[in-house]
Amino acid sequence: MNIAPNLSLSDVALEQPERVRIGVPRLLVALSALTLIGIGFGLYMALGFAKTDANQGEVQRIFYLHMPAFIGAFVAFACTTFGGFMYLRTRQTKWDSLALAGVEVGLALAAVNLVTGMIWARPIWNTWWTWDPRLTLEAIMMLTYAAYLVLRASIGNAQTRRRFAAVYGMLAIILVIMVILISRVKPDTIHPTVFGPSSQQARGTFELDASAGMSAALGVNMLVWAVLVPITLIWHRIRLNNLIERLNWLKARLAER
Amino acid sequence: MQTPFLRAVYGIALKDLQAELRSRELLSLMLIFALLSLLIFSFALELDRIAREESISGVLWVTVAFASIIGLNRSLTLEREQGSLDAMLIAPIQRAAIFVGKLVGNFLFALIVGALLIPIAALLYNLPALSLWLIGALVLGTLGLSSVGTLLATMTAQTRTRESLLPIVMLPLALPIVLTAVRATTGILSGQPSGDWLAWLQLLAFVDAVYFAACFVMFEFVVEA
Repeated sequence: MNIAPNLSLSDVALEQPERVRIGVPRLLVALSALTLIGIGFGLYMALGFAKTDANQGEVQRIFYLHMPAFIGAFVAFACTTFGGFMYLRTRQTKWDSLALAGVEVGLALAAVNLVTGMIWARPIWNTWWTWDPRLTLEAIMMLTYAAYLVLRASIGNAQTRRRFAAVYGMLAIILVIMVILISRVKPDTIHPTVFGPSSQQARGTFELDASAGMSAALGVNMLVWAVLVPITLIWHRIRLNNLIERLNWLKARLAER
Repeated sequence: MQTPFLRAVYGIALKDLQAELRSRELLSLMLIFALLSLLIFSFALELDRIAREESISGVLWVTVAFASIIGLNRSLTLEREQGSLDAMLIAPIQRAAIFVGKLVGNFLFALIVGALLIPIAALLYNLPALSLWLIGALVLGTLGLSSVGTLLATMTAQTRTRESLLPIVMLPLALPIVLTAVRATTGILSGQPSGDWLAWLQLLAFVDAVYFAACFVMFEFVVEA
């Protein structure tokens, strides 16, 4: 009988998931290919096309990945909030799948942002990590969404899980926006700002020279990492989630016999 | 016929206070924990004269945050174990009234613990205690902690891992509260002019307002069915 562990039969048997296509949709294949090409082209723009930064040298090139990855993570977390909001309104499970996919993709992109930032900070700030407001925001954001996953994992009933996850997802985005606001109102930061003036303590600028191909490199990578990558990954994750739910339902049906 | 909002809030808060007056379970747990935490911190950080002034407000707020987590856990688990949450859900009152009622109780307990902790810390560490602003910071900070805490504890009381889950989901969300409260308290305790730290107090009030509004609206999704 114990075919699907961690799964109470009553939870699953309650709702039959919609039929899902086993094959990969063509549009998704095309989008994945486009994203891969985009990542390659973006790397070329960042590593080859853009001219070397006069002050920081080669290490500045990491910025073309660093900031777009953060925007991408934010886009994914925004999907979580939107998915949670729509779930609470409509109670359709597809919105919850979107929310879950957003958290996982967002965490992955935030990790890219974190690691690239640390590699950049080592030569420029002479440290891997500092308790700067911006860095603290990144750490707390990742921990909050990790807590989101822990919360989901500890609720057995599927409907309760979706409801609580939706509520927590909205609280999490409120937290992130508030911490950003606080770090803007009280800018005692050494992190340079891309939009608006950097604080006076900022070390290592993010000034871009359009004639050196820097703006173009940032633009291409922004399109790839903040738009294509999150959308493609979220779509894959939703598809995976649908398949998992279908599989669990089939397993439960099988166990009932 | 629905009971008016404020009367329902009053009733629920009164119930919590009466239960606490009879058992004194929650407050004694929170207080003993808070004193132990103060002691542990003073050994762990070797709080000498100079370190004390810089880190005491951090120690105070971490202690208040953890003590309120203990209180919240106990308060909402009791509610569930004795089935009184279900009773409140059946009663003809608004869901938001349940939230505010529980919030008032939890807020008062956290406030009492904080209010007892500050004079004790002032005594032990020879701090300039008791300015009106310090009480203001304490009220605002514990109000924020209790707002998110009440919503999240209601959630975690319904999960499998229960008590152990609350600190994990609550501490990240408590960050803006603790951050602003610590900065304001440090400023007040070190006797800087109010221009330096008043902005932190205002930010704390802003965070409180946002969290309270969000939790007030979302509470009904947490206690459904």
